[in-house]
Amino acid sequence: MALVDERLTDEAGFRMSEATAGDFFALLKPRVMSLVVFTAFVGLVAAPVTIHPLLAVIAILSIAIGAGASGALNMWYDADIDAVMTRTASRPVPAGRILPGEALSFGLVLSVMSVMTLGVLVNWLSATLLAFTIFFYAVIYTMWLKRWTPQNIVIGGAAGAIPPVIGWAAVTGTVSLESLILFLIIFLWTPPHFWALALFKSEDYARAGIPMMPNVAGQASTRRQIFAYALILAPVGVLPWVLGFTTPAYGIVAALLGAGFVWYAWKVLRMAEDDQVMRPAKTLFGYSLLYLFAIFAVYLADCVVGRALAIGGA
Amino acid sequence: MVDKNLELVSLTERQHKARRNRSVAIGVALAVLVVIFYAATIVKFGHNLAGTM
Repeated sequence: MALVDERLTDEAGFRMSEATAGDFFALLKPRVMSLVVFTAFVGLVAAPVTIHPLLAVIAILSIAIGAGASGALNMWYDADIDAVMTRTASRPVPAGRILPGEALSFGLVLSVMSVMTLGVLVNWLSATLLAFTIFFYAVIYTMWLKRWTPQNIVIGGAAGAIPPVIGWAAVTGTVSLESLILFLIIFLWTPPHFWALALFKSEDYARAGIPMMPNVAGQASTRRQIFAYALILAPVGVLPWVLGFTTPAYGIVAALLGAGFVWYAWKVLRMAEDDQVMRPAKTLFGYSLLYLFAIFAVYLADCVVGRALAIGGA
Repeated sequence: MVDKNLELVSLTERQHKARRNRSVAIGVALAVLVVIFYAATIVKFGHNLAGTM
């Protein structure tokens, strides 16, 4: 191995890699991965049956690695547009710390390993869903939708919404209405979250030639659509209680969180046309992250407490 | 045996450190994978054996 490496010279068209393990870890989009891990964990814990704790850890680890692999494939394909956007220019591939081929190999190897591990050690339904998620994010979203339509993150959001379904499937071997409601919450949360970002980063997206909603339909239309999605998301967030999956405590907190989302979306809707700072959009972006984390945390707490009380009462 | 006519390049200190860093990470990842598969096999076999006894 060392001999092979030392034969490679710059003159021959090769480059000695200076990439560290940390650079490869950055390819996995750790911040996105943390949200995936959390929502998948909620799906796994919310399931009415349990699996061995070790298999649960393996399931979460596989889902995290699979999500990270799709992130690596995204960074490989999008290196050209990442390079011209301030938010993404320092990523390992556009910054030159990792070669595109290295990112592609890394993403493919991790994709195969995560899906196979989940399939062999947990079950094949969850593995199939994970494989579909990686394919959907890396191929359907990254290679096709992202550069083609302003509905890119609406449709592509499905990839980010599947983790709780995979977590649920890892335990039960099925896909049920409960997990699909969790999917729906993330799916409806995605457009207002990313469009809030796209509003105050529209110059970045324009420079990269990505047809985000503010660049295509205009800021006024985007603000109206953000508000419309908030109006749909708020009641959907309460659905788990309405359908009897949680206690009223979840319903109350979800309703309050949803009202907050609508309030901040309303402020975005009322934002002045010539507002350059776009504080309401930045606030909504920050609040949307809090919303998703909080609503899943409350759902998790409701499941755990409800189960503990049921055991205590038995 | 290394061919003396080969044109070799010596890695810089930074490249050496990066390669060592990657090698350690790959080693740790493989070790974790081995432990995971070993432990999961015990769990799954144990579960199956308990079910048949």
